[in-house]
Amino acid sequence: MDLFISMFAATIIAATPLIFAALGELVVEKSGVLNLGIEGMMLVGAAFGVWAHFAGLPMIVALAAAVLAGAAASLLFGVLALTFMTNQYAAGLALAIFGTGVSAFIGRGFGSTPVDAIQPIHLPGLSDIPVIGAMFFQYDPLVYFSFVMFGAVSWFLYRTKAGLALRAIGESPDSAHAIGFEVIKIRYLAVMFGGAMAGLGGAYLSLVYTPLWVENMTAGRGWIALALVVFAAWRPKRVILGAWLFGGMTILQLQGQAIGLKVPSELLSALPYLATIAVLVLISRNRQAMALDFPVSLAQPFRPKG
Amino acid sequence: MLFKIEARAEPSREMAIAAPLIATGLTVVISSLFFLSLGYNPFVTLYTFFIEPLTTMNGISEWLLKASPLILIACGLAIGFRANVWNIGAEGQLIMGAVAATGVGLFAPWQESPLLLPSMVIAGMLAGIAWAAIPAFLKDRMNTNEILVTLMLTYVAALVLSYLVHGPWRDPEGFNFPQTALLPYNGMFEVFDYSYRLNTSIFFTGIVVAVTWLFTERSFMGYKMSVGGVAPAAAKFAGFNASASIWIGLLASGAAAGLAGMMEAAGPLGQLSPQISPGYGFAAIIVAFIGRLNAFGIVLGGLLLSLLYLGGETVQMSLGLPSSIALIFQGMLLFFLLASNFLINFRIRKTAVRAH
Repeated sequence: MDLFISMFAATIIAATPLIFAALGELVVEKSGVLNLGIEGMMLVGAAFGVWAHFAGLPMIVALAAAVLAGAAASLLFGVLALTFMTNQYAAGLALAIFGTGVSAFIGRGFGSTPVDAIQPIHLPGLSDIPVIGAMFFQYDPLVYFSFVMFGAVSWFLYRTKAGLALRAIGESPDSAHAIGFEVIKIRYLAVMFGGAMAGLGGAYLSLVYTPLWVENMTAGRGWIALALVVFAAWRPKRVILGAWLFGGMTILQLQGQAIGLKVPSELLSALPYLATIAVLVLISRNRQAMALDFPVSLAQPFRPKG
Repeated sequence: MLFKIEARAEPSREMAIAAPLIATGLTVVISSLFFLSLGYNPFVTLYTFFIEPLTTMNGISEWLLKASPLILIACGLAIGFRANVWNIGAEGQLIMGAVAATGVGLFAPWQESPLLLPSMVIAGMLAGIAWAAIPAFLKDRMNTNEILVTLMLTYVAALVLSYLVHGPWRDPEGFNFPQTALLPYNGMFEVFDYSYRLNTSIFFTGIVVAVTWLFTERSFMGYKMSVGGVAPAAAKFAGFNASASIWIGLLASGAAAGLAGMMEAAGPLGQLSPQISPGYGFAAIIVAFIGRLNAFGIVLGGLLLSLLYLGGETVQMSLGLPSSIALIFQGMLLFFLLASNFLINFRIRKTAVRAH
């Protein structure tokens, strides 16, 4: 039972950076833009978060630095994809490569100095309830914040006028432009939101999860976040579900290594990547379900006419 | 004074040639500022980065040696990219090519035969093809996004490599380093001159460039694939087969990347180790774009990116700058290139505001 509780809690924690990054990308893609650079933005966020922390700034400022760094990195993509109307695949890849380089450069002096990680908060009463307390009320504030963001994104997309506009732009930018929406401006905002969330996801890794700076520490999580959006078939609820699934894979793999399973550790490490492929295949086979919430204009450059 | 963006009636040929030059120029300018901000003399640094590597015979040998896999992989990728088939996991196919080729080189019973090297070439290409066939099958039959599958398989390939060199294939006399034994002499490409590492595998790259040019510019299949990439609806209407594009695009790039991995193992490295590739599979994506998905453009792009790698190593050694700088420059170059491509289809006009 204790093992179950600790694995449950570890899964929720491992899923948190994915939830941030994938929710951000979901909003970007809903506006019709495909940013493949999540891995780069997460790394930039992770590095700048640690940089601000080592500069002696309070944790909340370090998180803000990561958010700003992620958003700034996403602007590089935004200018190319939205203003210069370039191929979005190429622009996103450029950002992934550039972000990896920049983060390694920023982090070159950090060594493996540990970070004073953000600690779980104790909620009087709630955290002390047996079982329930350990499963639901002993997390760091960012875990709770990831659920707040989930609620906020779902509410924004489906319950606000601005969210409707964003989805309309993703479906048909030409019609949305014709009825007066500022397609490019809204897409810029969506891209920056995606960058900010990826930056926060990266900072979660370096300031809470690991917690220290390691070059390339995202280890493909940016790409898994991208896969999660496809897995979720562009619906926020399933982003959470998918993130738990992959968080669970990560924890199972670590658990397998810890109990000394008689298989090569590389095979266990490959599990999250193989699971990503398996799940993508299962989801993508059903073309109709995939098409339901798919933003039709995804990855197509838009130029306002007239 | 104001600026206005106008669509050109047709793409500008001059700009198509100028765009990569503008991008390279901007990268040089920004990197000078970057070096200046780090407190280095930008002229010295730029000289160290871009010129010094080419002042010695060894430098030129290394330049071509690194350009070769980049050009080779980019040629394969370009065939897919033209058809909107996005293989971004060439790094994984490269690794599997190197693994299979080294396996044959070390363990095939025909160690003394002159056929050892040819069989390694075939093994490398087949392994690259097999690794790329997975996303091709999943894309064609299961509608699964090839970007994600090729990328995930790159992580898996790196783990396969790591397992082999840490486990069953580790050289028992290798002082516990994670690497295999050295390949036998028969399983290595011959060098042109014993002082330098450049070897005969570069002929393969030459052949692949020619074949790519023929396929993309002179064959009907190549044409059909390009139409499918630019105008999928038109291609469908004309009855062009989309699944053929998927298979050819992925398998061609898989074969090229597998061969490149084999050439690294049987060339400069001579064995398998976790450092089989400094990210050639990813850098080749940039090469393909710089070369405008054209075989000859790719040769120039490969030479440019190879120089970035070499320069990165040189400034790392002589100025103590971190190797991540090479990645920053690669990303920056692609950013500028994409931005300058804008000038091919659009022009920026000054609109004079008249004072009354």
